Amino acid sequence: MIEVQNLTKRYGPVTAIRDVSFSVAPGQIVGFLGPNGAGKSTTMRILACFMPATSGSARVAGYDVFRESMEVRRRIGYLPENVPLYTDMRVAPYLEFVAEVKGVPRGQRKARVAEVMERCLIGDVQNRLIGKLSKGYRQRVGLAQAIVSDPHVLVLDEPTIGLDPRQIAEIRTLIRSLAGEHTVILSTHILPEVSMVCSGVVIINKGAIVAQGPIDRLVEEFFPTARLEVEIAGPRPAVHDAMRAIPGVVAVAERDGAGAPGRYVVESARGRDVRGEIFQLAAQQKWMLLELRQVGMTLEEVFMRIVAGEETAADGAAGVDVPEAAEADA
Amino acid sequence: MRIWPIYKKELRLYFTSPVAYIVLTMFLLIGGYFFYSIFAFFTRASMQIAMNPAGARDLNVTDGVLRPLFQNLSVILLLLMPLVTMRLFAEERRSGTIELLLTYPVRDGAVLLGKYLAALTLYALMIAFTLAYPAILVYFARVEGGPLLTGYLGLLLMGAMFLAVGVFASSLTENQIVAAIVTFGILLMFWVIGWTSEFAGQPLGAILAHLSLLEHNENFSKGVIDTRDVIYYLNFTALGLFFTLRSLEARRWSG
Ligand SMILES: Nc1ncnc2c1ncn2[C@@H]1O[C@H](COP(=O)(O)OP(=O)(O)OP(=O)(O)O)[C@@H](O)[C@H]1O
Ligand SMILES: [Mg+2]
Repeated sequence: MIEVQNLTKRYGPVTAIRDVSFSVAPGQIVGFLGPNGAGKSTTMRILACFMPATSGSARVAGYDVFRESMEVRRRIGYLPENVPLYTDMRVAPYLEFVAEVKGVPRGQRKARVAEVMERCLIGDVQNRLIGKLSKGYRQRVGLAQAIVSDPHVLVLDEPTIGLDPRQIAEIRTLIRSLAGEHTVILSTHILPEVSMVCSGVVIINKGAIVAQGPIDRLVEEFFPTARLEVEIAGPRPAVHDAMRAIPGVVAVAERDGAGAPGRYVVESARGRDVRGEIFQLAAQQKWMLLELRQVGMTLEEVFMRIVAGEETAADGAAGVDVPEAAEADA
Repeated sequence: MRIWPIYKKELRLYFTSPVAYIVLTMFLLIGGYFFYSIFAFFTRASMQIAMNPAGARDLNVTDGVLRPLFQNLSVILLLLMPLVTMRLFAEERRSGTIELLLTYPVRDGAVLLGKYLAALTLYALMIAFTLAYPAILVYFARVEGGPLLTGYLGLLLMGAMFLAVGVFASSLTENQIVAAIVTFGILLMFWVIGWTSEFAGQPLGAILAHLSLLEHNENFSKGVIDTRDVIYYLNFTALGLFFTLRSLEARRWSG
């Protein structure tokens, strides 16, 4: 549904994104992640046909965003980062305007607007001036204008920013309910949100894609081992070595310095559960087992590892502010 | 082309903000004052002539009232029209709404035309109100229909051109004030450009005179429609709109 190939965008001397390629399958919700300035908004603006790329191509719903921009625009709903709305307009007339511009037939317009107002929970402010709404309500009006024409594809740039926790939950439910019929790409800095809402992620750093795919697969890829946090009161070197000797355990690290009881992180091959063995080991040796806990690796840790790893590796290779000359050398 | 929704939205915005009302009020107040002074002056002149009938031939309502009135109205327009167009694109750019507007399934040209026609409608309303002045005049004197009609045609064409310049200036900046000043500057330049034509050498002088806004409005208020004048205004308008379109496109590339 969304196919991006070798997309590059330069703002004068600043290369915002470089050779970005990814794709989103129909009906999927994909999270677009990356630190500040990574190029998320730039990519989304290109997808939404707001600006053309310097090179490369992007297709949305089978149409090229540059050459068949009108076709793409008919099938897309876009929520820009800072939610720009006409502050002098009232909510319902504004949505009717958007519906008309987006080509919702006259007969269905009123019903459609009423429906999205209900879905986005803004029915109670429909006669208020948009400029007088709170940030959260403006955000919802922004989302309402994106979905008012029932587009196939939604491009949402930080849709839950500035919302209170209950609203965030409501908006997430709304976005989740869009899956299947709609293809959604959303950017966010709230990583737990991605695990809750999205089926896959695309991670971008310094203008280049660094990882993409289903969340579980990425976690496995970056953390091929399962982890246990173990606290055992016993002679440290002996405990360490005994646990290391359990088949399937690939590494044992001591979490803290000297002093009993000792805390360890035990890494084992994924799918290999060594909790029983550790319990039995402790029982046999008469060591006191104080804690035995599985540590789930989250997207957050994947993200941190990727972004931190990128920083230590090739500095500036895919960064911003690369002058043309230096680029040619690289 | 989905011009209609854009047009409706812009027109509504004019009348939900104070701008349209202020411009309209100022225009009618100042215009009314000019009309009153011209008319009073004309009345006194005709009274003097009644005592000394020698000059009666040179005195008629068209030359004595309508022509100076149209000229004065053009000066007020020069000052007020930049305020009508300054918001059109500058405000969309400042508030970022342009990012949504230009990603809706409408061509840039339709957005531009919708906005331009909304401004033109407001302008047509402005000059429609001034029909009150000749209406009053008809009550006191015989008014020739021809020059009145061409005078208004001239006003309309000139206004259309002012608006095209204004909408172009508005597409250049995020700042409404800057847009207004640029519009005013461009218009003023073409206004005064003819003044030097008499001192300039001949080929240059003719060119300057041809470019001058003022020269082209002269004929209309005399009751003469010269295609050159019509073409001048239409060309200028088309050029303004064309440049606006290019400016919108250029802005897309820079993000
Ligand atoms: N209009 C512009 N002109 C020049 N440079 C720009 C422009 N817009 C963005 N950039 C630069 O492009 C890079 C990517 O910006 P972008 O807004 O896409 O980042 P982002 O991933 O959305 O960041 P954030 O998480 O802060 O929203 C940044 O270095 C930014 O400074
Ligand atoms: Mg951003």
